[in-house]
Amino acid sequence: MEKHVVVIYPHPDDESFGAAGSMAKFRSEGIPVTYLCGTLGQMGRNMGDPTFANRETLPEIRKSELIKACDALDVDLQMLGYRDKTIEFEDRTEVAERLKGILEDIRPTLVITHYPDYAVHPDHNALGAAAIEAVRLMDPNERPTVWAQAISNDYELDLGSPDVITDVNEFFGKKLEAILSHDSQVAGMFGKFKMLDELDEQERREIVANFGKERFYIWQFDK
Amino acid sequence: MKPIEINHIQGLLDEYVNKEVYIHLETTNGAYASHFDDKAYNVGAYIRNAKVIYEQAKIVGDGKSYRIGLKTRIGWVYAEGLTDWTIHKEQLLLAGHDREGRLMVALEISENPFHN
Repeated sequence: MEKHVVVIYPHPDDESFGAAGSMAKFRSEGIPVTYLCGTLGQMGRNMGDPTFANRETLPEIRKSELIKACDALDVDLQMLGYRDKTIEFEDRTEVAERLKGILEDIRPTLVITHYPDYAVHPDHNALGAAAIEAVRLMDPNERPTVWAQAISNDYELDLGSPDVITDVNEFFGKKLEAILSHDSQVAGMFGKFKMLDELDEQERREIVANFGKERFYIWQFDK
Repeated sequence: MKPIEINHIQGLLDEYVNKEVYIHLETTNGAYASHFDDKAYNVGAYIRNAKVIYEQAKIVGDGKSYRIGLKTRIGWVYAEGLTDWTIHKEQLLLAGHDREGRLMVALEISENPFHN
């Protein structure tokens, strides 16, 4: 059993879409969970529907949505203070060293992050790579397990089946609550979550099938 | 934000003429464009807190969306597709949104640097 889980993603809402079910499951087992959130999603395109945010008010809005989501999931939150869309331009080693310092304080047994090069958004790929580098730099005897999440369309073709598939249907309500905390992100897929009750059965079943399972690869450090 | 009213915005742009101002200029179709549609390209650019002095400003448009050109001593600042505006903390924010309300383009002008 895990003793402490740290989730490292760059944007407010990555945790809710990506790992909220797993986070809720760990919490239900009494395991502390900390979310290290890289940015405040300052450069997001979604401004609410109908729009209520603008480029300058978005960071504060997304910050309060992030806090709300973390409250719903009952997880600790640390904001890393990077700027949206810039993480790949930061010094990789510097970010990794900083994350290593935080991980050495928390001493997690499991770290969840994005799978570098298979996570679509440049921030996902860069923070995932820095997180994995942070763990790699740790004493091998102290290293937590790393679960890397791939989300690109082709990831299973290249990487094979995920090592960990967590059925989070039991916690789907919690996951939905976390997702819906991110109100400014209302659009596209997110809009469907908001109207889940109004969707036809087929579409509803597809969403639950898609988001009712969370998939991760266990990172192999000796490869 | 409110829909752009051309004469009002022209007046606001004129207030900054020959003053040192900070510009945020951005365009994007999102980091997921080619993830959701493999025929699409991800494009985007932004510059935040570029310090400029413009000598002339003009807003032009057809009532639906607008273009703004700012003429500086040695160049231009240009944005197309602007639909909405607001004043936020004495900063002039202009943006263009798509049907789903997503931001596609932004031009912002301020006498003080934008929060980084």
